[in-house]
Amino acid sequence: MISQRVSTLTIVLVLGGAILLALLNQFTPEASAVHVPAYVIALVGKYLCFAMLALAVDLVWGFGGILPLGHAAFFALGGYAMGMYLMRQIGTRGVYGNAELPDFMVFLGWKDLPWYWHGFEWFPFAALMVVLVPGILALVFGYLAFRSRVTGVYLSIMTQALTYALLLAFFRNDMGFGGNNGLTDFKDVLGFNVQADSTRSGLLVLSALFLCGAFLVARFVVLSRFGKILIAVRDTESRTRFLGYRPESYKLVVWVLSAVIAGIGGALYVPQVGIINPGEFSPANSIEAVIWVAVGGRGTLVGAILGALIVNFGKTWFTSALPELWLFALGALFIGVTLLLPQGVMGLFALRGVKPAVTPAPTISEEEAPV
Amino acid sequence: MTEADTLLYLDGVTVSFDGFRALNALSLVLEEGEMRAVIGPNGAGKTTMMDVITGKTRPDTGKVVYQAGTDLTKLDEPAIAALGIGRKFQKPTVFEPHTVWDNLLLALAGDRRPRFSLWAKETRAERGRIEEILETVRLVDQRGRRGGDLSHGQKQWLEIGMLLAQEPRLLLVDEPVAGMTDSETEQTAHLLRDINRTRAVVVVEHDMAFVRALGVKVTVLHEGSVLSEGSIDHVSEDPKVIEVYLGR
Repeated sequence: MISQRVSTLTIVLVLGGAILLALLNQFTPEASAVHVPAYVIALVGKYLCFAMLALAVDLVWGFGGILPLGHAAFFALGGYAMGMYLMRQIGTRGVYGNAELPDFMVFLGWKDLPWYWHGFEWFPFAALMVVLVPGILALVFGYLAFRSRVTGVYLSIMTQALTYALLLAFFRNDMGFGGNNGLTDFKDVLGFNVQADSTRSGLLVLSALFLCGAFLVARFVVLSRFGKILIAVRDTESRTRFLGYRPESYKLVVWVLSAVIAGIGGALYVPQVGIINPGEFSPANSIEAVIWVAVGGRGTLVGAILGALIVNFGKTWFTSALPELWLFALGALFIGVTLLLPQGVMGLFALRGVKPAVTPAPTISEEEAPV
Repeated sequence: MTEADTLLYLDGVTVSFDGFRALNALSLVLEEGEMRAVIGPNGAGKTTMMDVITGKTRPDTGKVVYQAGTDLTKLDEPAIAALGIGRKFQKPTVFEPHTVWDNLLLALAGDRRPRFSLWAKETRAERGRIEEILETVRLVDQRGRRGGDLSHGQKQWLEIGMLLAQEPRLLLVDEPVAGMTDSETEQTAHLLRDINRTRAVVVVEHDMAFVRALGVKVTVLHEGSVLSEGSIDHVSEDPKVIEVYLGR
């Protein structure tokens, strides 16, 4: 299924590739042919964060059967938690030189730091919030949705509504998160200058480490007995109930885990791109994440990482070559993959003997006529 | 007979869907260790009865009592399954991407909570039990095959095997021989009789030859209530039953 060989290869490529790029950036002269410029480091770091989001989507979609159309919300919340820490690090170096308040609050004429900003100057607290805020939101949302047995397209629409509601909320200035402009102008993270090449290289390697960690956790979960039950729930939920399982608790565990992985991805993303704004909550971002997973191969974990990297490199190339056509290309890609490669890029490997986890869900028999 | 001697006791159970009465004051008593065949024309309420017992459907009125003390109408499906009531569906429903072995593993009685299954390792006892069930349902050679790749009859048996793995006290079996060949049907009758040595079984079936082969007490349902009850010979001579089956 997710074989040892493929997993090892994935980790070696992700981690080795990131370390190699960082070394080539740090220890080769700029004129050298093998020198990796800083923008490539930032770009790849960003993609690895997206790969974590894709991994999170694949966990709930590929294995739990929940199509999430709002997963970027958890990514963005993790990002905001990190952004708040970075804002507090600016101190007196802001435009207004206020040691206590971020620039946008001074601009809005606020006198005191809102209560929910306290603690974020302290990194361990911010790191805890990166995990807790997406995790608790997922816990509450998931508990209510799964307990009420909301499934399928209705659940997908609710996840979309969730991210849209957050988008609107974070756009408001009086929410205290910088409104439209979000959080930006970061200076340093844990004492390192966020603009410095060495910090960027470090963040790239860190992103690779966290991606590999998240991959190993996800792999452990889906290969455990829990994972087998989760797949059973995905395909024939009611059958698992009659066996005595509670599908809602299985979905809830994987849903919260997925949200936490997405949140950590978001937290690593923000210092590398230097900004977090409400645009990250936009439904289109979440849908794009689903496309990455579909392209790579749903229910394979490795495919999610691969898909996120392929589509994002494609996007970077496309948006500079033919910017106005990118969305059409993305749409065409989604349709093409669905029609021609239902198991994504990983499906191509499957032809050569690596068996994917996904099999078409069987029709559910007991949902027929009630009599 | 009082409530106290019985395994399952249904009294005056009524279920309506949009004004249509799927069950109409149905009463049924099942003793510990009994095997019962339930027959009836389409729409008689056989599957709805199973739905009510397993918690999928809540009755509008009536009592459903298990082991003299437990009111099943207050519980949901996993809670009822945990009490020892297993159900096999009309269409075989197995976990298609999983192997025969894993299907049985997931069905084995045990802790059903995520915090257990995340860390669970296959134990020697579990392996032994699975081997035993593979033997019983004649799937020893198929253990490594995906559930979805089995033939129709093998899926039916796998599902019966999964039911056994749950170690229920009461098995509800919905049309176990639909679509089976004659020899498969005969083997299934054997299997059910075997199972009945240790557990109570309710079999819903259309196939009269199969019901006759089981040789147990028969309950005939019609329009949501019991039309006739007794041995197969008794009910097949009952003029009311003849009218329902032949009169339309």
